[in-house]
Amino acid sequence: MEFKDYYTTLGIEKTATQDEVKRAYRKLARKFHPDVNKDPDAEKRFKEVGEAYEVLQDTEKRAAYDKFGSNWQAGQDFNPPPDWDNNFEFQGGGYTEADASQFSDFFESLFGRQSEFNQQEQFGGRQSAYYGKGQDLHAKISISLEDSYKGSKQSLVLQRPTVDAKGHVKTTPHTLNVTIPKGVIEGQRIRLEGQGAVGSANGANGDLYLEINLNSHPFFTVDKRDILLTLPITPWEAALGASVPVPTLGGTVELKIPPGSQTGKKMRLKGRGIASTKMSGDQYVTLAVIVPTPENDTQRELYKSMAEAMPFNPRSSLGMSS
Amino acid sequence: MTTEIKCTVFDEECSYRLRDLCRLCRVRAQFIHDLIDEGILSPKGSHPGDWRFGAVEIKRIQISIRLHNDLRINLPGTALALDLLEEIDDLRRRQSHPEILHALEK
Repeated sequence: MEFKDYYTTLGIEKTATQDEVKRAYRKLARKFHPDVNKDPDAEKRFKEVGEAYEVLQDTEKRAAYDKFGSNWQAGQDFNPPPDWDNNFEFQGGGYTEADASQFSDFFESLFGRQSEFNQQEQFGGRQSAYYGKGQDLHAKISISLEDSYKGSKQSLVLQRPTVDAKGHVKTTPHTLNVTIPKGVIEGQRIRLEGQGAVGSANGANGDLYLEINLNSHPFFTVDKRDILLTLPITPWEAALGASVPVPTLGGTVELKIPPGSQTGKKMRLKGRGIASTKMSGDQYVTLAVIVPTPENDTQRELYKSMAEAMPFNPRSSLGMSS
Repeated sequence: MTTEIKCTVFDEECSYRLRDLCRLCRVRAQFIHDLIDEGILSPKGSHPGDWRFGAVEIKRIQISIRLHNDLRINLPGTALALDLLEEIDDLRRRQSHPEILHALEK
């Protein structure tokens, strides 16, 4: 187990006043709140900050922590001395509303665990009306664009809090095999009923909410249900028109390029986006004319004869005469 | 332990009545009224009996609860935070895919 430097976590000196502890915590909690901060590490930081505050906001816990804290450095291997908490009265009490099931082993070894169900009534009249139901849990799941298009089976391992016979909260790994239907899109959420935290006093389990995160694709980008693709074409395909193959999530299709097309022209492949049972999307193809570099005299002559046969001023709209 | 489970997708079509929403989010109806008065939720329908709530409303309720419990933000502050968070999401999306603007102008 690693020693945790709670003062560093909150970015304060060991001499900080209780007011300074509170101010530092509030500032960092706002900064790293997972609903506010989209960084993948934000949730972890938010929990660390909450754990540090849990200890430092309580003068008893802080005094106990300070007793040996000066001899340790963050990350150092740590085991608390057997009687380290003599003369301190905090076991089982004095907790804030933070979710103690998320605290580290380091915290637990010092301060024990909080029973999950002694929380005060929460915002919106929660808990009291549904007493005993387990907490809802929230997690993110990353899937490929192909999985979103076709539907997939995903296996995920979650740390799920459970309550033992003595009312202590423990996290245990739990493997879920989830069938994710086709047509889920970025940011969309899936509710797995009864897969949240285990309820107490015969209460129902909480629910698990999974938020979909689509992995980036080498050439497709996504806007909700629509797929966007930049399609390279030759100057002669653009000028004369052509039928060219285009990748879509459902396989290759032929796209008819009209004569006289330019770079930036947008074309729609109807119904080739991400479809669920009720909703559908399209694929938008943006043409990009790629000019080949002449590699020998014959090819250079072709460009020269084209210049002679096709007088053309692409800069007339800029007021340039050539 | 391994479990095979099916799931409910909160897509653009999902629609909940007030009582189902309260059960799902574990809140009282009065709390939903407060969120509507604050402009945080905009259900379809004109009377509580006709109200229909979608995926966006469920997410907004859950974020409101977390912002209050974790950061002690009151309802007006939550309304402001939610609007700003959605605007940031929209700007990030446009920044990462500038072509989206053009595709939408079709």
